[in-house]
Amino acid sequence: MDRKPPAAYFDHAAAAPLLPEALEAMRPFFTDHFGNPQSIHRFGIEPARALEEARARVASLIGESSTARIVFTASATESNNLAVKGIARSLAAKGNHIVVSAVEHASVMSPARTLEREGFEVTEVRVDKYGTVHPGELEKSFHPGTVLAAVQHASNEIGTVQPLAELAAACRRHGVLLHSDGTAAVGRIPVDVGALGVDSYAFPAQSFYGPKGAAALWLRSGVRPRSLVEGGIQEKGRRAGTENVPAIVGMGRAAEIAALNLAAWSAHMARLGGRLLAALPERVEHIILTGHPEHRLPGHVSLCVEFVEGESMLLFLEDEGFAVASGSACTSKTLKASPVLLAIGLPHSVAQSSLMLTLGKDTTEAEVDRFLEKLPPIVERLRSMSPLYAKYQRGEDPYATPESSCEGGH
Amino acid sequence: MYSEKVMEHFRNPRNVGEIPDPDGIGEVGNPVCGDMMTFQVKVRDGRLADVKFKTFGCGAAIAVSSMVSEMALGKTIEEALRITNADVAKELGGLPPNKLHCSNLGADALHKAIEDYLARERQKRPAGECRCPYCAEPVHPAEKFCQPCGVTVDNCRKCGKPLPRDAFECPECGAARAEEEEKED
Repeated sequence: MDRKPPAAYFDHAAAAPLLPEALEAMRPFFTDHFGNPQSIHRFGIEPARALEEARARVASLIGESSTARIVFTASATESNNLAVKGIARSLAAKGNHIVVSAVEHASVMSPARTLEREGFEVTEVRVDKYGTVHPGELEKSFHPGTVLAAVQHASNEIGTVQPLAELAAACRRHGVLLHSDGTAAVGRIPVDVGALGVDSYAFPAQSFYGPKGAAALWLRSGVRPRSLVEGGIQEKGRRAGTENVPAIVGMGRAAEIAALNLAAWSAHMARLGGRLLAALPERVEHIILTGHPEHRLPGHVSLCVEFVEGESMLLFLEDEGFAVASGSACTSKTLKASPVLLAIGLPHSVAQSSLMLTLGKDTTEAEVDRFLEKLPPIVERLRSMSPLYAKYQRGEDPYATPESSCEGGH
Repeated sequence: MYSEKVMEHFRNPRNVGEIPDPDGIGEVGNPVCGDMMTFQVKVRDGRLADVKFKTFGCGAAIAVSSMVSEMALGKTIEEALRITNADVAKELGGLPPNKLHCSNLGADALHKAIEDYLARERQKRPAGECRCPYCAEPVHPAEKFCQPCGVTVDNCRKCGKPLPRDAFECPECGAARAEEEEKED
């Protein structure tokens, strides 16, 4: 290639660029204000002040006025671990049954499996074809021993936004606490934890252009998870260890900017995402849009391009400068198809053909249009070498499973 | 992630497509990840005169198919059957460890296409006729190797028909291979 095509970043669910204002706010805490916020002497004063300022800003982004309910962690994964394991363990005397939706992230699923090994009973609640958890289904899974449910606010993979307020109301009726992973939602849609009625809520700074290494867990008053990291009294003993002050300060500044700009960012992402969702099925045949058609995140485009495997599309798209993701088994390090795509009822071969585009506040219309122009020839090229497409064209069932060849490989 | 050679084959795959009237077809799929590969072969004088593939799979799967087709083209049936998954990965300058399973599909699909060809040939020939198990050309029962493809031909002790090298039993009469019988003794 003579000249590399310009890069277009459509993978904000994986990582987002840092706001320059956040970087500026962080800088002094690497140098002049390196002190420990727990210190009594003068070096501890500014870090301690900045930490609490960040806590107020982060709380405010999710509609919380009290700073007492925000626990800072290092990642949304850690926040989810603290919520699921910490809350369930704290309520073990009351009951040993927890419920998780079938579309939860691994940072909720794996802790649930750990609890199962510790003697908890775990129920997975199924979702409909859009990946929506129905309050009735959730309630059906409850029994007198149920203490905790976990349902994400929105799906990073298929963009579906859950009816979280209704789910929370259902939980409340049964005295079950509801934890929600807000990673995909915060920074894309307005969040008010009080109005939603959840009991805990996890989200990372990366969701709104803050730095990696900072995240939060919001806890309703009275919800006291058992600490996973024990030691000092940082975060009121709920998360020991010297605070990552620069990252938390960056998270606070990013939250402040996100709160001011969210409406504009959302509208921009919704417009460009809507353009893709409308145009893609017109430009390429046999596209299945995944997730809910209306209740979805702005700027989130998820689809399956039938008869074409995801990673092969990703590689050709990368050659054209596009950074996108796929739920294909081939792109995952574990070589397992996305559990979310299987949970919404897609066969393995279709799940293999998934693409996920997560646009950002800086995505341009020109980038979106260039994608619409570049994708069809890539799909056409890969379909011309796809045995599934050949079968489809011959009128055969492309998804009939042939004799297996490498059972031993798994 | 991938070597330059893998990316080169992925971007410019050789021998993609279908043969209008193939002599053998092999299709393999991985039920776990959903990948699928089909190989078609045309055989002339005991050699693979044409090899075509279609693949639904990742970059590694496409590169592997392309490399297998390139390695197999022009080879004798016996040589082509000796191509292993490890050979393919090696020719490609290595594959990421978690992608090695993709290379398994490649040689398997090729071998299946050749086996399909051999099965068709066995059906075609009149009962009692002796043919090489690799190139399907006629072989005299007394001959120790096949003239057209050069493979050493072992004969079944019971019915006298030629045996494929790695067969444990005679494909014609079902008798166990000589060495196996000896081992049991």
